[in-house]
Amino acid sequence: MRLSSKTTTLLILAAVIAIAPVFFPSSYYFRVGSLIFVNGLAVTGLVILIGYAGQISLGHAGFAGIGAYACALAPVHLGLHPALAAVLGAALSAAIAFLVGRPILRLKGYYLAVASLGFGILVSMVLSNEAQLTGGPDGMAVPELGLRAVLKAIGIDLSNTEFWYAFSGLVLVIGAWLALNLYHSPTGRALRALHGSEVAARTVGVDVAHYKLVAFVLSAVYASVSGSLLALQNKFITPDVAGFMHSIEMVTMAVLGGAGSVLGAILGAAILTTLPQVLTVFQEYEQLMLGLVMMLVMIFMREGLLPSITRRIRGRAE
Amino acid sequence: MPELLQFLLSGITVGAVYALVALGFTIIYNASDVVNFAQGEFVMLGGMITFFAHAAGLPLPLAALIAIIATAGIGVALNKLAIEPARGAPVVSLIIITIGASIFIRGATQLVFDKQIHRFPAFSGDQPILIGGATILPQSLWVIAGALAVFFCLWLFFTRTLIGRAVLATANNRIAAQLVGINTNYVMTLSFAMSAAIGALAGVLVTPITLTSYDVGLALALKGFAAAMLGGMGNPKGALVGGLLLGILEAMTAGYISSQYKDAAAFVVILAVLFAMPQGLFGRKSTDRV
Repeated sequence: MRLSSKTTTLLILAAVIAIAPVFFPSSYYFRVGSLIFVNGLAVTGLVILIGYAGQISLGHAGFAGIGAYACALAPVHLGLHPALAAVLGAALSAAIAFLVGRPILRLKGYYLAVASLGFGILVSMVLSNEAQLTGGPDGMAVPELGLRAVLKAIGIDLSNTEFWYAFSGLVLVIGAWLALNLYHSPTGRALRALHGSEVAARTVGVDVAHYKLVAFVLSAVYASVSGSLLALQNKFITPDVAGFMHSIEMVTMAVLGGAGSVLGAILGAAILTTLPQVLTVFQEYEQLMLGLVMMLVMIFMREGLLPSITRRIRGRAE
Repeated sequence: MPELLQFLLSGITVGAVYALVALGFTIIYNASDVVNFAQGEFVMLGGMITFFAHAAGLPLPLAALIAIIATAGIGVALNKLAIEPARGAPVVSLIIITIGASIFIRGATQLVFDKQIHRFPAFSGDQPILIGGATILPQSLWVIAGALAVFFCLWLFFTRTLIGRAVLATANNRIAAQLVGINTNYVMTLSFAMSAAIGALAGVLVTPITLTSYDVGLALALKGFAAAMLGGMGNPKGALVGGLLLGILEAMTAGYISSQYKDAAAFVVILAVLFAMPQGLFGRKSTDRV
């Protein structure tokens, strides 16, 4: 029996998430794992935007910021449950992406890069300057999600880090499943067509502007949910979540692992999330190493790690 | 009116720095179609190397010269080691490579030098000059003169010299340039050296006013990038006007609206300009080849 690449990807992902804890010596590893899944989710959204549709964004951390601060602000000011606040954040991100995306996505290449970068910087600036609402650069507290207590009541007792490992892992698998389904859907085909050539796609009747916007809005929702998860898990949030460096990290994770493949991008997220944890030992060299890894992978493995490696293995097998 | 004049003067000073960074972007973009996000690090290196050479006992002009030459060398190395091997890679990959290079240079600087904030003395003293009720530092005049001089020299270089035209020819069509006997590799090397040297010069000129440390590069790169896009990427005139405009805009926003949102004003205007003119103020309309 031959499994489709979609099923294989999901099986690999689910298996790794389920089996990895067996090898975890301490709760710290659950924490790193859940951070990987949170980043992986945002990066899966970027696979839709960069890998499928071929567009760039250097401002997606802005949406992560909206998702994160929705979870911090809505429960306090609107009395919403944190889970509903995350949904509200995602809806708000989608609405903003819809409004901003329409004019921005007319731009190409570096112009699109600078416009999206400007958007991200505006969001992070509002978050750090409106101190009476957001606590400014010092950040603010985020309420408890409360799901762990519910699980405990029905007999599933998880530690905090275990719960967040399992929960964000679950959300990641769902996110990956949706993104993989999209790939094979008519929308996914339209996105890949306009990635190949906008003119050709338009000629065969693809509404290019519409589909670019779809990809932008979807990736914004992924980033937003990822921001919400991060905020709820840390129970604390600072404007850094919306900062330029976070946008760059997200794009780097996606492209490093392979922006064309969901599994590759998540691998990229895993590597770039773990790398700083490993490098804390050589704290002095952290930036040096990070910069070097970014350059080397992009120079020698242009499609990203996973696609380059699988191609090499296949090439050898044949 | 002295208030307005004061904001204008400080805006032009900051704008001149942005213009220098944007000119650096423009040269490399023209030669290689790469937007070099490590451009801000050249400014940082210019300031840092000058400080340490000066602190080691060298006279300031010599220290500045060493800094500019060393930075030009680093620019050439960046081209040889990171940009040339990646020729033809997609825009996203090139962005990541140059951002990687910028993080790498920052990390290396913090190892080789330190994480402190540094300053060296201004060239002509710190006594402010009074102009119509507003004041300006002599060093600001140095910065403004530096930006204008670089712009003028570049203009002469691109219009009056053979090698300058070779750079333009390479920018237009690499293969055609090679066919008429232009050594395009040399053109690339030269462009990176010039761009890095201009960045370092900006660092030398501005450090007495704004101080420097290993991490000032990124913010400058973003502003310079924005200025270059505002003017229209690849156009030296656009870089100069875009830089000055951005600086004045920031100073006016900081003075009349809110100093917290001065960076926001820049990006709001850039978004507005790009919506109305997707190629920037001076950019040519491009057509896609099908």
